[in-house]
Amino acid sequence: MPLDAVAQFAPAVVEFPFREGYVSSIIYVSLYVSLIAVTLSTLFSVPVALVMGFTDFPGKQFVQSVINTGMGFPSVVVGLLVLFAVSNQGPLGTFDLIFTKEAMIISQFVLATPPITAISLAALTGVNANVRDAAHVLGGTRIDVALVVIKEARYGIATAILAGFGRAISEVGSVLIVGGNITSADGISKTRTLTTAIQLEARQGRYETAMVLGAVLVTLVLTINAVVVRLGSDEVSGR
Amino acid sequence: MSKQRTDGREGTASRRAFLAAAATGVTGALAGCAGIGGGQEAGNQAGVSGETLTLTTTTSTYDTGLLDEIHTDFEEMYGVTVDAVAQGTGAALESARNGDSDVVMVHARGLEDEFMRNGYGVNRRDLMFNDFVIVGPESDPAGIQGMDSATEALTTIAEAEAPFVSRGDNSGTHTKELNLWEAAGTEPGGDWYQETGTGMGEALNVANQQDAYTLSDRGTFISQRSEIDLTILVQGPIEDGPEILANPYGIMAVNPGVHDNANYDLAMAYIGWITSPGTQEAISNYQVNGEQLFFPEAVSEDPDFQQYVPEGWSSNSTDG
Repeated sequence: MPLDAVAQFAPAVVEFPFREGYVSSIIYVSLYVSLIAVTLSTLFSVPVALVMGFTDFPGKQFVQSVINTGMGFPSVVVGLLVLFAVSNQGPLGTFDLIFTKEAMIISQFVLATPPITAISLAALTGVNANVRDAAHVLGGTRIDVALVVIKEARYGIATAILAGFGRAISEVGSVLIVGGNITSADGISKTRTLTTAIQLEARQGRYETAMVLGAVLVTLVLTINAVVVRLGSDEVSGR
Repeated sequence: MSKQRTDGREGTASRRAFLAAAATGVTGALAGCAGIGGGQEAGNQAGVSGETLTLTTTTSTYDTGLLDEIHTDFEEMYGVTVDAVAQGTGAALESARNGDSDVVMVHARGLEDEFMRNGYGVNRRDLMFNDFVIVGPESDPAGIQGMDSATEALTTIAEAEAPFVSRGDNSGTHTKELNLWEAAGTEPGGDWYQETGTGMGEALNVANQQDAYTLSDRGTFISQRSEIDLTILVQGPIEDGPEILANPYGIMAVNPGVHDNANYDLAMAYIGWITSPGTQEAISNYQVNGEQLFFPEAVSEDPDFQQYVPEGWSSNSTDG
């Protein structure tokens, strides 16, 4: 796995002042939180984009502008809202979510959903109307037509998911507030991600190690993007 | 805050047994004698094992590495996990006020007293202390080196309009700084006075890059000294500086009468453990760059009764 390689390779290059397992555990938390959040976002966003793309309903313009605004929503504000929601006094207080990965997943879900929805919507509406008509003419049900359109728009949707993933994994403000940047006493991350670890290093003036962690993060995002693009092109050449 | 706490509630009998054991430990520690004898009695620990204690604390205790160093002992003793969230005194108290933590360790007595008076915190103990120092560039443009009055040094900096970096984040250090300005009778302001709104480490970096003065706790300064060119210009009481620069840390449990989800028994076990002679010794043995950062003050033959209540409180006073 390239991800394990990143975890093992990076500390070998630079002398990390970290304990064993620290870097791989924050990479794990980063990926765990972001991947689950993006998966949930995708399951929510693509159907919404389909509905938005193929039906008309009152208030559609408004929903559209909410989604577009959401793309630029500052992550610290999302963090504060999620904090109020999951705090002991908040509506979700009984679930004891504050300072957990689940709370971080909620805030990243809120952050990743608008870009995934908006870009998916653009991709879906960009599918040639002839394709849709053809699917109808061939006797397809609404579901069949939707599947055909999703298939045609898959690269656009993949781009949308990557954009959402990029936003989730590189975000620092909200996960710091709702996650609390916690590691156990033996240096294994509980809610510390690469971004909050970088923030912690920078806070203590250890800019070099902050930089190395930054390089790990960029490598990670780059790897995942490369894998997705590669899968896409394999599929094309395999047809 | 613990996920498993509901399980703990079901095991009422073992929970009571633990409570009794914890109370023994705490009482022992309060009396300043046997320490956490109860810790050993809770050796079969079915009641708390697997629970999580959420501690909100300041950046200075966390960033110096002290908590990671000592927490392993507590976690092994009770089979629990401590989630330490480093937030700065203001935010740490606010989290506790919202019921999002079980125990708070901070360093701003005024804010701690307010927290207790409002009913959010109980069973406060003096924990340890270090001191604040005024640091600045070696060139010392305002000429404060060796002054034995912190307020005079600040007044001199203000008069010289030499750059000064303030934390500006409602932390314990920021609170101390504002108290010092007030004691000096000077209202800081102007281009030379910058609020960074960051943790101590970052504030030291900002001061370092701008050749500015700043107020730092000694612990963070020592742990960062090798990275920066700033030097101590006014010493705190540990090095015979003025008493006003003392930096005492206190610890309190969140009042379970206000937040019934607070893991009060584990919080009290933690307070009993951290104020026990063994842990207090571990605190005094903790060194960074060959220097002791924190000086324990929980164990005493002659306990200061004011540590348990808001400063100046007495049963005769009006809010008694």
